[in-house]
Amino acid sequence: MKNQRPVNLDLTKFSFPLAAIVSILHRISGVFTFAGVAILLWLLDASLASEDRFFALQETLTQPLWQFVIWTVLAALAYHVVAGVRHMLMDVGIGESLKGGRRGAQLTVVLAVVLMILAGVWVW
Amino acid sequence: MVTTVTSLGRSGVADWLLQRVSALIMLAYTIFLVGYILLTPELDYTQWRALFDQLWMRIFSLITLISIVGHAWIGLWIVLTDYLTERVMGGKGTVLRLLCQLFLGLVAVTYTLWGIEIIWGF
Repeated sequence: MKNQRPVNLDLTKFSFPLAAIVSILHRISGVFTFAGVAILLWLLDASLASEDRFFALQETLTQPLWQFVIWTVLAALAYHVVAGVRHMLMDVGIGESLKGGRRGAQLTVVLAVVLMILAGVWVW
Repeated sequence: MVTTVTSLGRSGVADWLLQRVSALIMLAYTIFLVGYILLTPELDYTQWRALFDQLWMRIFSLITLISIVGHAWIGLWIVLTDYLTERVMGGKGTVLRLLCQLFLGLVAVTYTLWGIEIIWGF
């Protein structure tokens, strides 16, 4: 194997500024959301299968435990979407500077928190 | 090593583009569905079912599901090839990564088939 292949940086030796935390949370929320797809598919299945199951689902969703589970999926999704949109804005050249990157990271956190709160209001 | 063979597009640029196209499709679907639920007062089963009875909605849903699975494969590949590596954990890193990818691939195929059953089967 060629020995001049690019090597991934050693993440265990890094300090983590906000932009790095935003980045690692993007990964974690992505992995979490992939697991959450099972919950979303279950919701879709139960809501469409029959009227009885639709009512049963409405009943289930009044339980705080299930509300919390669905909120965590929506919260992870909301964060992942905001961080992902930031990525695409940077792709087209917006917020690429060091200062812009920091501001983008701050905006990501603020916007994501707002959306998570709204998702909580929606679920409860 | 041997990572490229398990990537979705077999090239970084292909994966990069697929990741963004699928992201935009999922974003459009999320905004549409959340908007629909929020803007429909007293959403009942008849209305909900009528929405998913329409062909365009089933196609939109299935395209989104395929986007989810492709997007997740690319994202999880990136995560796994960063952390489950020979440099981080020695020779067993690659074996562990391939096992994880096998498992995640099975989950992805299950999501796809289950989703098709939900969208087209009711």
